[in-house]
Amino acid sequence: MSDVLTWLAEPLHYAFMVRGLLAALIVGIVCPVLGAYVVLRGMAFFGDALAHIILPGVVIAFLLGWPLGIGALITGVLAALGIGALSQHKEIKEDTAMGVIFAGAFALGIALLSTQRSYAVDLSHILFGNLLGVSAGDLWLMGGLAVVVVALVFAFYKEFLVLSFDPVLAVTLRLPVSFLRNLLLVLIAVVIVASLQAVGVTLVLAMLVTPAASAHLLTRRLPGMMMLGATLGAVGAVVGLYLSYYGNVASGPAIVLTETLLFVLVLLFGPRRGLLWRRRAAGL
Amino acid sequence: MAELFTRPAAHDPSAPPLQVDGISLSYDGVTALRDISFNLPAGARVAVVGPNGAGKSTLFKILVGVLKPTRGEVRIYGASPGGHVCIAYVPQRSQVDWAFPVSVADVVMMGRIRTLGLFRWPTLGDWRRVDEALHRVGMLELRQRQIGELSGGQQQRVFLAQALAQGAELVLLDEPLSGLDVPSQEAIFSILDDLRTSGVTTLVATHDLNLAAERFDQILLLNRRLVALGPPASVFTRPLLLEAYGGHMHLVPEGEGVMVLTDSCCDGEEADHE
Repeated sequence: MSDVLTWLAEPLHYAFMVRGLLAALIVGIVCPVLGAYVVLRGMAFFGDALAHIILPGVVIAFLLGWPLGIGALITGVLAALGIGALSQHKEIKEDTAMGVIFAGAFALGIALLSTQRSYAVDLSHILFGNLLGVSAGDLWLMGGLAVVVVALVFAFYKEFLVLSFDPVLAVTLRLPVSFLRNLLLVLIAVVIVASLQAVGVTLVLAMLVTPAASAHLLTRRLPGMMMLGATLGAVGAVVGLYLSYYGNVASGPAIVLTETLLFVLVLLFGPRRGLLWRRRAAGL
Repeated sequence: MAELFTRPAAHDPSAPPLQVDGISLSYDGVTALRDISFNLPAGARVAVVGPNGAGKSTLFKILVGVLKPTRGEVRIYGASPGGHVCIAYVPQRSQVDWAFPVSVADVVMMGRIRTLGLFRWPTLGDWRRVDEALHRVGMLELRQRQIGELSGGQQQRVFLAQALAQGAELVLLDEPLSGLDVPSQEAIFSILDDLRTSGVTTLVATHDLNLAAERFDQILLLNRRLVALGPPASVFTRPLLLEAYGGHMHLVPEGEGVMVLTDSCCDGEEADHE
């Protein structure tokens, strides 16, 4: 027993590990709460595009010596509102437009970064995260953003629920539909920004979508889906970080792989919609 | 920001529930609806019929305020749809994500969120209203079910309960009867009877002309324009039906001017996709 405790306690002797663990927990818990809407509204591609569009903002902040989080936040919010406006425009298909901007912005970010001597290291941190490099200041920013996001998701719970389940009902109830839609997009942007440090531009999507998707398979009401998603996200964050410490694997990918494994297990063995039970129910 | 959520609804109870005045809608050079005008009295039960692509769903979306007509005006109890929360729209079953994690009671409660207001959570009284609405449609026992676990007819009844909880006075139902067996259809009709007793006006889009003729007060025959509006006997006549359906319709004269009507064009884009 004490061996297990020692094994668990060892990484926590390092302050950077403690900060990393806290950061991973914040991200792991907050992402699936909003990720529930990303999954239910089919916005996975939007989330991925947004994460990549943020890259040039981060790089410009980096080059100017500003806090990276500020650069990411400004670009993220602008991009979310831009995409929101674009989706009202019927001339261009939404996913095409997003694809064009997504790739273009990502290329711009990498081009800017490639002018720097420390290119390779910085790039890998931005792309895949640098959980163990989280500073106390980063942690405060992440925690603050997380509190704001969860508070707003809670405050607008019933409005977001109607908007996601039945947009026509949102109109017939005369809810301020475009305000709510834009608010949701901005919240997704904020969550992505908060997660960048932990898992990087390319893996943020997994934090938003994977635990929420697992929870969707296991629950029948939205609050349950959010809470279970947050739990799975937290488990994935902790397990992933220990795997990373003892297995000497990069932390972001270790967390994402843990989440993915949990999803596969739920998909196969989940009691409600698991593939195994479906076959049984079909009388095979 | 608060007024975004609390715009008052102009609602004149002495005005007709629905006044449609010369509405047209065109997009990309295609005219979906042309110059449609009609009035409906309170408590009317109207079947909206017409071939696929006649603009039934488009008309409904204009009436609830989702689409804006290119020309013309819709007045609900005297004011434009923008001011009202008394209109309910029951979507086609194929338009709903049945895997969405909401219970029957959750869906019905959605009808009340505007009345509740921003930053307010449902009280016991609100849940009681939800239960009353579920009781009226005979779905109280299934209130905890996830909506995907219901049969097609039960799913329609949940949305009708939502309209009841919303206190809707004008209810539009898009193809609620298609794909239902006779007992499920009867259950829907008994709720529609209940609505008529409380003075609620209902518009029901349907492909089933026999049901339309037997069970509705008025028929609104649509094919991009208003072909006819009136009691079934005056609308289901050979010339009017030919005008609306053209070659898509077989007419069989029978007895004293009664007809067996076959709508032979139902496999189009409005069919239910499961």
